[in-house]
Amino acid sequence: MNVLFGNLTLSAFQHDPVQLGGVVFMFLGIIGVLGLITYLKRWKWIWTEWVTTTDHKKIGVMYIIIAVVMLLRGLMDASILRLQQVLSVGSSNGVLTSDHFQQIVTAHGTIMIFFVAMGLLFGIINLVVPLQIGARDVAFPFLNSTSFWLYALGAVLINMSLFVGEFAATGWLAYPPLSELAYSPGVGVDYYIWALQISGVGSLLSGVNFLVTIFKMRCQGMSLMKMPMFVWSVIGSMSLVVFAFPILTATLAMLSLDRFFGMHFFTAGMGGNPMMYVNLIWAWGHPEVYILVLPAFGIFSEIVATFSQKRLFGYKSMVWAIMSITFLSFVVWLHHFFTMGAGADVNSFFGIMTMIIAIPTGVKVFNWLFTMYRGRVHFTTPMLWFLGFVTTFTIGGMTGVLMASPPADFQLHNSLFLVAHFHNMIIGGVVFGFFAGITYWFPKYFGFKLNEKIGAYAFWCWIVGFLLAFVPLYILGLMGATRRLDHYDPSMGWQGLFIVSGVGLMIIFLGVALQILQFAVSIWQRKQNRDLTGDLWNGRTLEWSTTSPPPHYNFAILPVVEDRDPFWVAKEKGAPLTSRHYEDIVMPKNTPLGLYIATFAFLFGFAMVWHMTWLAIVGVIGVITVLAIRSFDDDTHYTITAAEVAHIESGAHHE
Amino acid sequence: MKKNLKVIFGILIGTLTVALFVGILRNSNFEVLNPAGMIATKERNLMSLAAILMLVVAIPVFVMTFTIAWKYRASNTKATYQPNWDHNTLAEVIWWGIPCIIIAILSVVTWNSSHELDPSQSIVSSKAPITIQVVALQWKWLFIYPEQGIATVNYLEFPENTPVHFEVTSDAPMNAFWIPQLGSQIYAMPGMSMPLHLIADKTGSYDGLSANISGAGFAGMKFKATSASAADFNSWVESVQQSPDALTSYSYTTLAEPTINTPPTSFASVPGGLYNQIVMKYVMPMRALDDASLNGMIMNNNHIQ
Repeated sequence: MNVLFGNLTLSAFQHDPVQLGGVVFMFLGIIGVLGLITYLKRWKWIWTEWVTTTDHKKIGVMYIIIAVVMLLRGLMDASILRLQQVLSVGSSNGVLTSDHFQQIVTAHGTIMIFFVAMGLLFGIINLVVPLQIGARDVAFPFLNSTSFWLYALGAVLINMSLFVGEFAATGWLAYPPLSELAYSPGVGVDYYIWALQISGVGSLLSGVNFLVTIFKMRCQGMSLMKMPMFVWSVIGSMSLVVFAFPILTATLAMLSLDRFFGMHFFTAGMGGNPMMYVNLIWAWGHPEVYILVLPAFGIFSEIVATFSQKRLFGYKSMVWAIMSITFLSFVVWLHHFFTMGAGADVNSFFGIMTMIIAIPTGVKVFNWLFTMYRGRVHFTTPMLWFLGFVTTFTIGGMTGVLMASPPADFQLHNSLFLVAHFHNMIIGGVVFGFFAGITYWFPKYFGFKLNEKIGAYAFWCWIVGFLLAFVPLYILGLMGATRRLDHYDPSMGWQGLFIVSGVGLMIIFLGVALQILQFAVSIWQRKQNRDLTGDLWNGRTLEWSTTSPPPHYNFAILPVVEDRDPFWVAKEKGAPLTSRHYEDIVMPKNTPLGLYIATFAFLFGFAMVWHMTWLAIVGVIGVITVLAIRSFDDDTHYTITAAEVAHIESGAHHE
Repeated sequence: MKKNLKVIFGILIGTLTVALFVGILRNSNFEVLNPAGMIATKERNLMSLAAILMLVVAIPVFVMTFTIAWKYRASNTKATYQPNWDHNTLAEVIWWGIPCIIIAILSVVTWNSSHELDPSQSIVSSKAPITIQVVALQWKWLFIYPEQGIATVNYLEFPENTPVHFEVTSDAPMNAFWIPQLGSQIYAMPGMSMPLHLIADKTGSYDGLSANISGAGFAGMKFKATSASAADFNSWVESVQQSPDALTSYSYTTLAEPTINTPPTSFASVPGGLYNQIVMKYVMPMRALDDASLNGMIMNNNHIQ
């Protein structure tokens, strides 16, 4: 082993043509972005306004940008996988080797969950939560910046595996013993472990940050039962993060101890127990599903009330539904492996618990429908996403309850029926929810509206593409097609359905292209679409009471609320939420230290993948040093005087 | 006129899609819905029952979503508008209550069916069950017939209408053993012996699959499971007993080496206790165990689970 490079040799840079294409594409993208920044002479602006920012709104935007880039990567992975399954029948072996196919399968799942869904989630939470609770920032702005950079550099690490070495070929949860050194001797699983560890720590810290923010920083008068429903859903989601992510961290740490030091937590023999890993990873993995979907529920609660111009129906029911889902999501993990043979008592307990989750979820759907009832429903793009969501999510919920019955699961588990089910929940639930949220809140942060027409076309492409891509998978599952197959016999009769599914994926791609076009056209025509009121949709909650875009301190004067939907009530009464009496505002200073911590963590992760001892030591010492520097820094905030606030505000209102 | 065109266009697209699916699925075998054994039949019936119960909620949801959204569209100013109406106890009791009742019914069904269809439950039959030991290898299935003293790779045969008692383990990464038309998939795991009881109602040849990713040769790790008449099965056993190859402890280590797309193979004989050795080598790797003490231990443990 080389002292300088560890296990890293030139062979790590050798790739087959498909991989090489991916690498070239990735580098062209990076060079393009860097070139554009240089050409526009925006480097200083990028550094001071974005990279070092502690402003939750800018951090939220950066989360979403990275998540969208990762979404494109995940979709390209998906299309290569589907292409392989269309072509690789009988005597043909398609375009990929088995090993490469399995690496892409793993990358697709890992990237879509950890770097797309989680990125969109934290992006939207960052953007919206402080404004909805009438706060000027999150509780720990520096921690927030650190969390973001850990997420971002985790994403860099996972994408590096495309160029340097390989990725795990184990499926997205890396079950041992397949993920142990005995069966996966390469660096792929190590890339998987360290990319998830780095971004996972970021997620955990964000969870703590937002719980504290919500519990400690609500404006005067906003008791828990007066919070917007989105904030409630974030409490549910972040509680799950705080309880579930330590399990993920510990589990992956044990797996890496097995791989680095020859320990036997999860190995097949020597007292190791792979079933323990499967239990632990799902004790994180099932709550993870609700970490993602609860905020989507929250987003829809805001959207349906706003676009029905009516109060959210059954607020208390909704809160209880969210909280019961939060609790129940921790007692259902075993339904991911009924076929492990736990016995009838255990299986039926977890099956019944899973079915019970359908009750609060169904209640939420009925409450949304009755929010529209006797309202004035405006069919904007966010509402289209909502209607699409109800349709697809109900189908997904049904197939989910079906599989919650252990004997039915014995016949559906590990088949494409299961794959269709969870895509049904993640796309139809989570992704549609986040798209709705982005369309809904975009004008708040940028001061102009997204093009509604192109948005509607994008929606129709997504929903049609989604149905065409996943209904065939349900059917294939019933035909006995199992997941992650890179080859099959023509006699199985699967090829036609794979082709239809591939066409569906192409239509989804068209939808994504339209969404990118929607952003481009909307930015191009921003002058026509500008919103000067700050309250484009006749909104209900506090974020609509400030200007669009909000000043970096969000509220010149912190609001005082007495009701749910405080802004709606204030508009009804004609009484403003704030006076015109300005005070000094203390805001956090920008700092690059979060980026430095994440960079050292990244170096540590890369060093651990390739066994470069010296670099790992540099990484650890670096993280500790930066933390120490930060902890001795007393000068972390600055004051905007009342006079300056008054000056900024007078400008904002006369724009 | 424009609206009519849209409707016609919609109907046309709908019809074409349905025709496309019918065309594609014309000769397809919906293995999960087309059972050939008692377990798979009961599992399919359970799925149908659950699906019907859920439609009781799902259909009203679909209907209500679109009728409510359409009736209370903003342009319909004649519809009632009550912007501050946000609570109705009766309505909320109904939609907490009805799902609760449906889930309560489903829970009873789940409890009963989970116990009835538990893979470790032996099947009641006038015929004595046949035992087949299944080992997932890289990347092929080894089937050991301890009663017949034979073994096969990637081919499975058993008599019709006779309960089959599978014991499933792995000498490789975890896998999952599944014959959809007979029912109940189960994980194959190293160091574990999982019981699985299935039965075929009729003669036929069914697809056997490996359902859990296990490495490079995973997609080619499949087999045919033949349910034969008692006479045909017996003559098949005899023919295997005449085959040239025998499985020994030594040739097993060669067999266990990774191979892909392994063709079906037969072994005329197999060492007694091979299956137990495979299971126990993960459980007690430190001690060299002879077959006798192994068998004794397994008896004491009443099948390791």
